[in-house]
Amino acid sequence: MLDTTQDSVQGNEQIVNEVCMTICTVNGSGSATANNILYRALFRMGILTSGKNIFPSNIKGLPTWFVIRASARGYTGRVEYDDMVVAMNPATIQKDVSYLRNGGVLFYADHLEKPEITDKEVIIYPMPIKTLMKQVDAPRNLQSYMENMLYVGIVGQVLRIPEEILKATIEHQFRSKPAVAESNFNIVKLGFQYALENIEKTDRYYLQQLPELRDYILTDGNNAAALGSLYGGLQFCAWYPITPATSLVESAIDHVGKLRKDPKTGKNTCVILQVEDELAAAGAALGAGWAGLRAMTSTSGPGISLMTENIGLAYFTETPMVIWDVQRVGPSTGLPTRTAQGDLSMLYTLGHGDTKHVILIPGTVTECFEFGWRSLDIAEKNQTPIFVLSDLDLGMNSWVTKRFEYPNQPIERGKIIWEEQLEQIKDWGRYKDLDGDGIPYRTVVGNMSKKAAYFARGTGHDEYGNYSEDPKNWSDMLNRIGAKLDGVVKDLPGPIIRRAKADADIGIIGMGSTHDAMIEAQDILAEMGIQADYMRVRSLPANTDVREFIASHARNYVVELNRDGQLRQILSLEISEYSEKLISISEIGGLPLPAAWTAESVFAKEKHNGKNC
Amino acid sequence: MEKTVELNRLGLALADYKGKPSTLCPGCGHNAISNQIQAAIWELGLAPEKVMKISGIGCSSKSPNYFLDRSFGFNGLHGRMPTLATGASFGDSSIKILGISGDGDTASIGMGHFKHVIRRNVPMVYIIENNGCYGLTKGQFSATSDQGLVLKHQGVNLLPPLDLCMEALISGASFVARTFSGDVKQMKELIKAAISQTGIAVIDVISPCVTFNNRDDALQSYSWGREHEAPIQGITFFSSREDMQLENFEEGTYREIELPDGSYIVLKKIDKDYDPTDLNAALDLLTESYKYHYFATGLIYFSEVPPTIQEQYDLPAEPLNRLTADRLRPSKESLEAINISLY
Repeated sequence: MLDTTQDSVQGNEQIVNEVCMTICTVNGSGSATANNILYRALFRMGILTSGKNIFPSNIKGLPTWFVIRASARGYTGRVEYDDMVVAMNPATIQKDVSYLRNGGVLFYADHLEKPEITDKEVIIYPMPIKTLMKQVDAPRNLQSYMENMLYVGIVGQVLRIPEEILKATIEHQFRSKPAVAESNFNIVKLGFQYALENIEKTDRYYLQQLPELRDYILTDGNNAAALGSLYGGLQFCAWYPITPATSLVESAIDHVGKLRKDPKTGKNTCVILQVEDELAAAGAALGAGWAGLRAMTSTSGPGISLMTENIGLAYFTETPMVIWDVQRVGPSTGLPTRTAQGDLSMLYTLGHGDTKHVILIPGTVTECFEFGWRSLDIAEKNQTPIFVLSDLDLGMNSWVTKRFEYPNQPIERGKIIWEEQLEQIKDWGRYKDLDGDGIPYRTVVGNMSKKAAYFARGTGHDEYGNYSEDPKNWSDMLNRIGAKLDGVVKDLPGPIIRRAKADADIGIIGMGSTHDAMIEAQDILAEMGIQADYMRVRSLPANTDVREFIASHARNYVVELNRDGQLRQILSLEISEYSEKLISISEIGGLPLPAAWTAESVFAKEKHNGKNC
Repeated sequence: MEKTVELNRLGLALADYKGKPSTLCPGCGHNAISNQIQAAIWELGLAPEKVMKISGIGCSSKSPNYFLDRSFGFNGLHGRMPTLATGASFGDSSIKILGISGDGDTASIGMGHFKHVIRRNVPMVYIIENNGCYGLTKGQFSATSDQGLVLKHQGVNLLPPLDLCMEALISGASFVARTFSGDVKQMKELIKAAISQTGIAVIDVISPCVTFNNRDDALQSYSWGREHEAPIQGITFFSSREDMQLENFEEGTYREIELPDGSYIVLKKIDKDYDPTDLNAALDLLTESYKYHYFATGLIYFSEVPPTIQEQYDLPAEPLNRLTADRLRPSKESLEAINISLY
């Protein structure tokens, strides 16, 4: 839904620190650096900001968009209209301006054909990119890259970003290469100076410095996940490249050499191994987990499909491992560079036969870090594969997020026992529940005790790991594993609940990367006269807080980025006595959730379903 | 006379290396392999706790349950044994890995992993118990079944077989051997040599399926094997130079090869001179034996061992799985530095 109705031309007052801007470029032109400089400059000004890269599944030549939303109120979800468009791509300029709202602003490279705009008033600032470039001694291969730096200066100046902030941001971007920083800043300055001398500002969008956001950082969920895993004592990661999960392991590769040198010997304590496919990635992680290493793999939906059989084996052999699923749009190859939440149902019972898995669902970049280390603890403690469900929006986009907090708990290795402890246990069996919590004691290779070895297998086995087809043995084994997982719930992060300002009759429920949009939707609903409490589910199986939240509201709207309302389906099954209280709102365009659309959807359903009907 | 139990250098009897009773068919070639694995490891004086057994799915992959009860084992998924072994090899790299697979497991569903585990040079002995058919699903063709083979339900096999030694060679294995379940002496010596190799060592064992693929004219049958096995050399393993009794070998009829762990094999010339360190000779031998339908058995290829996957990672000398938690979590200060770099 396109909101071009709001008339922001009228009135003369400035609109401060509230702007949504889309920068339209060609992919492969190096615009990411320029966009990130603008983005970080806003963050350095103390303004809460989001930056979302909408990119094609392509290396060079197709359109790409970078959407920056600054919001002093902290609303950083995607909006469906633009206050500003920076048009650098001749192929899309006409379409790009259609997203501008009335009174919006268009910056365009003046060598492009000027778009026709008949349906609204738009303030237009032509940018003489090619003319300015004549003053720059740019190597041919860096031409388009440097053109992008010019719009950073022009747009920055018109928005009133202080020059020293741009300078600091560029220095940060190229912190290892001062000479490159300087040459880039010179181009930005050229654009900045041009705007200062030639552009008469007639629009109302201004940025003003706020107190520094010193408790925040700017990074993406994949980087956070990689760091969280490395701080969680990850020892082995096998992987295979796939968008949008690739950058998770690549971040780990960037950091591992520095972070994971053994303090005692100076040797490496974490192995990252690219293998031949996702079957091998899961198999190797499983082998490492079985051999007593903290192991993980990272992939996206199609990779999960390939890993399925191994994860079933991990479940049944009770082998710890962590699997990150950075979701993209499916089914099939789908939209590899767009975001969705469509893998939830698949993961929850992944594998043939009776299976059920633990899923952690981070909703912020900071949580990606936290769940990175926590997932390894939960996996080892409970001897089972653990999924962490992220998505492209959270994983690949940079977010202004709370600083990473050092783990507040020591590394948990669970019930791994070595020679001495094994000697103290009478009649040990690998699958024998000695403590009544469903979690047996585990030996690993290298244990030199004569009694330590066992034969792990995906076939039916008794408490000692011996082959068994006995019906009672089979049911006891599988029931114990089921009960063990019920016990995991207490270790899982519970939901985040944000209450409405007044008593709320209804609830809205979300998960993962939609968090910011959901909070904004909650506030928009309040403005519309509907009080709604908001709950973000952070793990499955759900705990009693989730149940109570659902029970305490007449209607709960479960908002998610998949067609069939997978979270709603799971909650309906698990909390079946309240299933009629759960109503699905779903969006599957491949883009992050927009808040206004969400609020309007709830509003419409409330009118239809609610008491006012 | 009082019966004395023979002990190895660790003071262990052969019985200490046994496994559960085999549930494979009586006469199955795989049982002979299990026996020779036990014997080889016992004779080498390797503690069973210093070995792990990884396998896939199939009759072959069940067999690790039938030897080395005191070794850790993992009977994984069809075709995925090499992936499990890859991960497990990092847990404690002092533990010798025996990867047990079959022709269905390796030549069909797991061919990609087979070649990649060789490419990675995961230190392990990769044994293919090759019977030219699917036994556990009751007699279907495999990718090593001979063209023209007739099986009860499927009729005539239309497709030519793959040669797994050839696949191992061109994937870069530094130790490639072929042997036959009917030639247990040769098999045992090859297993010992393979265990003494530091990188991946591949042994393709022609191991008849007595139930589904043992007709006299079948390529992987006992009788075909006995008639068409052509050992390329006599092979004797010695655990050290001191043990080597070269006086038993006639001068000019043998060559000795030192293995990376200081043990030796002595290869005795049979009729033609065969140089197992010559890759082209190995390729020629396999091409010829494939074409003329005979089993050239023995040490087909041996070369200097490229770095193992562990050697590429500069890991601590002690096992990775014994590192204490304090050595796995970076400092608080390092995280502070990261937070600052992300502002």
